[in-house]
Amino acid sequence: MGFLQWAIDPWGHKVPIHIAWFLIWAALIAGFGFLVVHATYLRFFARKKEWAADTASPQIIAAIPRRVPRHSPVARIFHWVMAASMFTLLFTAFLPKLGVQFPWVTYHWIAGALLATSVVFHVIHASFWLDFWSIWPDTIDLQDAVRRFRRFLGESAPAPRRFAKYPLENKLFHLAIIMSGLLVIVTGVIMLSRVRTIFFARNPYLFSDMSWGVMYVFHGLAGVGLIALVITHVYMGLRPEKRAITKSMIFGWMSRDFYLKEHDPSRWVVTPVPSTQKEEG
Amino acid sequence: MAVIRDVMPAFELLQPNSINQAQKLLQQHGQDAWILAGGLDSFDWLKDRIRKPKFVVDLSGIEELSGVRSTTDGLEIGALTTLTEVARDPLVKENYELLSQAAELVASPQIRNQGTIGGNVSQDTRCWYYRSGWPCYRAGGNLCYADTPDGRNREHAILHASRCVAVNPSDTAPALIALDAKFVIRTAKGERVVSAEDYFIGPDIDITRLHILRPGDLLTAIRIPTTWARAQFYFEKIRDRNVWDFPLMNVASAMTVSGDTIQRIRIAVNGAAARPLRLTTVEQAVVGQPINETTGEIAGELAVKGAIPLQFNAYKIPLMRNLVKRAVSGVQTTPHPTAAPA
Repeated sequence: MGFLQWAIDPWGHKVPIHIAWFLIWAALIAGFGFLVVHATYLRFFARKKEWAADTASPQIIAAIPRRVPRHSPVARIFHWVMAASMFTLLFTAFLPKLGVQFPWVTYHWIAGALLATSVVFHVIHASFWLDFWSIWPDTIDLQDAVRRFRRFLGESAPAPRRFAKYPLENKLFHLAIIMSGLLVIVTGVIMLSRVRTIFFARNPYLFSDMSWGVMYVFHGLAGVGLIALVITHVYMGLRPEKRAITKSMIFGWMSRDFYLKEHDPSRWVVTPVPSTQKEEG
Repeated sequence: MAVIRDVMPAFELLQPNSINQAQKLLQQHGQDAWILAGGLDSFDWLKDRIRKPKFVVDLSGIEELSGVRSTTDGLEIGALTTLTEVARDPLVKENYELLSQAAELVASPQIRNQGTIGGNVSQDTRCWYYRSGWPCYRAGGNLCYADTPDGRNREHAILHASRCVAVNPSDTAPALIALDAKFVIRTAKGERVVSAEDYFIGPDIDITRLHILRPGDLLTAIRIPTTWARAQFYFEKIRDRNVWDFPLMNVASAMTVSGDTIQRIRIAVNGAAARPLRLTTVEQAVVGQPINETTGEIAGELAVKGAIPLQFNAYKIPLMRNLVKRAVSGVQTTPHPTAAPA
């Protein structure tokens, strides 16, 4: 049972043509397996969260509003457009392979074009209008991850600090989505040259059969990877302790209580620093 | 074209003598089983060694699959009935001359003596890239070799292409659609009856098959209702060699007329797409219209709306336009010589 499907091209070369479709089931099992293991761990084995002492000054904490703004309307629109196109892409790509038949190609490339466009928009928006680095893991995240892991193993380690705007797992998920998303988008955009769309004149000879095969394999691998990632993401979004984060993606804000419980006001600054504080600093 | 090697790969031959037994075997062996009816399409695949099934289920011993039977609501034709039997059956000739003509124009007399109506509607496409074993979309790959700038695509699709541009080669399929026939399929869940037009699927739905039969399914009969019995029919087939060839395109229409006005009509074309196309837009446009040149021209224009020619098959657009025009306006005139029974 290979992970790839191979064929002999007209010139007698053995070329890959697809991933093996059983990988769809593997991704589904991996996604739901993670869900079961994680939920079981949290329900029966996880210890109560402990945090390092706050470092933010009382003035800063006092200035935090009741509703802490987290996602701008534009960022939220992007997220849900991307989610809709991602679901459409996954369903149109894999349901036919599982026996549900419908004219999927047109829906697939339209959703793909929408995803590609929204991601380009997001990159520009995040680079110039948002705090670009807030979603990338920093040194403190890594130090705290080591602290958490050591405490998980029962070793003595200082309590981790509260999160910045995004918890480390959010940042790592974003990284995984970047990698699989970009792979699926880049290969998908090139693959548009093989079907009739409004974008390009068809040119199936753009690459050699081997290159095309590799492209289809990468597209498929990224696609099945996204199945597992999306299952994980939806599961996390529905977990009770994460619900405040999910709601913030709908309404744009999270409560002051949740913010103070999970986030470090000095790492995620939501209010201007009072002038006295500035002078003191 | 592939070189016919004449030595078939080894397989286990299973010879059931009832529909139930056949269905059980097909169910048991699933994708490893190959259905053998007349064998005309099958032996090509097997001798070319493009298909290497582990089991071949030979239906020829199942008597209940053969013959034309009169029913309370028309006719039932067993899927294993030969094309010659269909073409010459008095009931078919008397009531459904359209099907008789279509069956008579399939290939050669020898082939019609052996080929079955079930096989004719279920046969695979003739695209040579696909039949030569190239890893095209239809064969599970990721390229259509015919839909390339220098692909040989004179016989291929002008409508409803979706990645693959192969066409359905059946002559009886459009006639059965025009007659509003129903296809009876035995599946693991029991009997399923679908209308003729729903039996065929395009590459947008499933790029690897031309019809809805899945592994384990068996087409057992074709039922033709009395709805269109003794209507005015038109069938025309255009092919490269008039003595013996697959259609470049064919058209079938059934209509009822009051005076000079079209009351009801069903019209279908094959060879234009991966599935035989029922032209509902044309039907709607010509009902209530007089049978004349103008109506025919309108019908022809509507029929080719949205057609996209490939490098070498632009001729199919005027061909389809004219076939539809003649099928609508030329019902009362003599069909094209190639459509005349031998």
